[in-house]
Amino acid sequence: MGFWGQFGIWLAALLTIGIISFLYKDNFLYKACEAIFVGISAGYWFVVYYWDNLYKKFYLQVTNHDITTLERIIPWIGFVLGVMMLSRLSEKIGWLSRWPLAFIVGATAGLYMMIYFVSNAMAQVASTIIPVFVGDWATIIANFFIVAGTFCGLIYFFFSKEHKGAFGLASRVGIWFLMITFGASFGYTVMSRMSLMIGRIDFLFGAWLGLIK
Amino acid sequence: MKREIPVAITFIVGTAYLIAYFIPHKPFNYFENWFNDWFAVIAAFAIWLGVLNLIKISTIKIFQKKPDWPYSVLIIISFVIIVFFGFYEGYKGLYAHPSYSFRDPGTSFDWLYVNVYTPLSATMFALLAFFVASASYRAFRARNFEATLLLLAAFFVMLGRVPVGDILTSWLPHQYQLSQWANWIMNVPNTAGQRAIMIGIALGLVSTSLRIILGLERSYLGND
Amino acid sequence: MKRNEVITVGLLVFLVFILKFIIPKPVQLSYTVSMITIILLGLVFVYILIRTLQGRLIGRRVVFLLVGISLSLPFFMKLTLNIPVSPEVRSVYDALQKLPPGSKVLASFDYDPPSAPELQPMAVAFMKYAFDHGLKVIIMGLWPQGPQQADQAIQSAFKAEPSLKKKIKYGRDYVNLGFQAGNEFVILRMGESFKAMFPSDLNNTPYDSIPLLNNVSNFSNLDFCMNFSAGKPGTAEWVQIAVDRFKLPVAAGNTAVQAPMVYPYLNSHQLVGLLGGMSGGAAFEKLTKKPGKATTYILSQSFAHTVIVIFIIIGNIAYFSRKKENK
Repeated sequence: MGFWGQFGIWLAALLTIGIISFLYKDNFLYKACEAIFVGISAGYWFVVYYWDNLYKKFYLQVTNHDITTLERIIPWIGFVLGVMMLSRLSEKIGWLSRWPLAFIVGATAGLYMMIYFVSNAMAQVASTIIPVFVGDWATIIANFFIVAGTFCGLIYFFFSKEHKGAFGLASRVGIWFLMITFGASFGYTVMSRMSLMIGRIDFLFGAWLGLIK
Repeated sequence: MKREIPVAITFIVGTAYLIAYFIPHKPFNYFENWFNDWFAVIAAFAIWLGVLNLIKISTIKIFQKKPDWPYSVLIIISFVIIVFFGFYEGYKGLYAHPSYSFRDPGTSFDWLYVNVYTPLSATMFALLAFFVASASYRAFRARNFEATLLLLAAFFVMLGRVPVGDILTSWLPHQYQLSQWANWIMNVPNTAGQRAIMIGIALGLVSTSLRIILGLERSYLGND
Repeated sequence: MKRNEVITVGLLVFLVFILKFIIPKPVQLSYTVSMITIILLGLVFVYILIRTLQGRLIGRRVVFLLVGISLSLPFFMKLTLNIPVSPEVRSVYDALQKLPPGSKVLASFDYDPPSAPELQPMAVAFMKYAFDHGLKVIIMGLWPQGPQQADQAIQSAFKAEPSLKKKIKYGRDYVNLGFQAGNEFVILRMGESFKAMFPSDLNNTPYDSIPLLNNVSNFSNLDFCMNFSAGKPGTAEWVQIAVDRFKLPVAAGNTAVQAPMVYPYLNSHQLVGLLGGMSGGAAFEKLTKKPGKATTYILSQSFAHTVIVIFIIIGNIAYFSRKKENK
């Protein structure tokens, strides 16, 4: 590994330790690492979006002579809308940014409306309307819990009716299922964060200090 | 007209996507493809807007010598360095033989990404591991039935998903060991709860999308 | 800087010097020493329990130190544990088993290096399996660094099994189409035409010149899709568009944060199977008989989870005992 490779590893280790030093207390090194992170992230996405979006999807299209004139002109509409987005930096002409914003909101609304309805609503409802009392007792209990849990969970989220009586009881059962869901999510979140820290420790002990293979 | 034209744009674009879902043939697939490319270009400018805003705020902080202004200098320096190498490597790669991308291994941009951005980003998220532990010790209490359910589910999943769970319950038959309980919790009550949330969000999203497309919901336009 | 802080920094620098240049490597604790270490840690927790019962909560820095120790020590221990395999991981493996050699599999790498500790091990195990069983892999990414993570996974697979490097040929057995911006719109367009989204591969070789991509025009020409996802765009988008619209069978490897949220897709059979977090990766390595980083890391993971559970239990024991006293 050459000089820049070794220097890179030491720099990465120093930055890692700088961030971890926050656990002791807020300090100059942590704040410096945080500032570098903000600057580098902003710069990274600035560059990536230029090359992957603007260059590939606009510049290469408008300078491509193998396509029709109409296909070369169409990308300019997107470019103009994009430039209008930058008007948000000025208070006077900031209202111009509403046009590209409206485009983004409309596109997202139009696309998501159908795909969410089909995949996250219809398919899920279809998988909930299942015969409960089939198979062995373990399957029956599981089916019952899934149907009852989904139904009661949905009842909890229905705030147009007061949660009283039988409705209130179903809502309460829904809360229990949601609590189990959140507990499971908490467990998995712990797993995820620990995994990230394990990755960092592997880097510090392995690539940097060479204590482990 | 400051609000009417954007509402019309939302309606046209939203409707085009809706129609293209059901009729994915000419000319609707052309509209979809054009709109997809415009979306990418506008997204790039949206990111640039955020970045330029950050630079503007940092610069103001430096010139007005506000508290912690030296860190703003660091922000701008690191931004300039990575942007310089990003564009330099990008243009150099375009005309090299064979051509290469600005992010290919071996470029300065990639070096900065691997040795600066990645450790900072990964460690920032990894710090949460410690705070989760501290919060668990200090605040995670089974104060009522619901909190107890949450705690127990977390226990079963955390221990059941690693070998420790089965070691602790090795004296039980296999189907009653912690890993099986974790499987059951994830596949049954967790699925039910997540499904309820998913359906709720989907229905809410459908109704909000429809309201936005029809122009009934205009909060995204801000105030005049 | 205060005097104490200067001393602390000086000690840390000295410690790094010792660890880097003096201590013989690699460091490995014997089984006996590992067990003694675990017992000592247990005694520390007993002490913490007693203190907490007395109403004297330990400081947060001690908690952080204990978490750090529980994550670090297992790296030096050589203990093997039996990794549990969940039904959703087995479903992924069974689905891959059913694919005959020559099947075309799309592998979407939708993550970046910060998520690599969780997803890279399962990606490496998948690539080893695919190359071993003659599956043809078409790699792409919806995240900018995804295709590079794929390249690293392939290099790791070749390093672990040098025989693979000799028999696997780029362009014939696998191809890397690179990253394409556009999130779910990319998947949408791929349903119509791969070439429209990826006119060339990562090395700028034209689409039509790549042998593997002959007769591959869209999703209908694929046999399977394996998605490695750390967020958005990711598994949800693949299910919503590739599965529900284009009927492509998709299995997913997710970070642990995302995994619980995709279980409804599993139950409704929109997803074939799921590798959830590091434990999913370790289980997949076990099933494919290709132990890797996930298997190594699972010991640290076990320690960490145990420590968190112990802290929660200690906190609650103290809470309930004080509640009883107040009554």
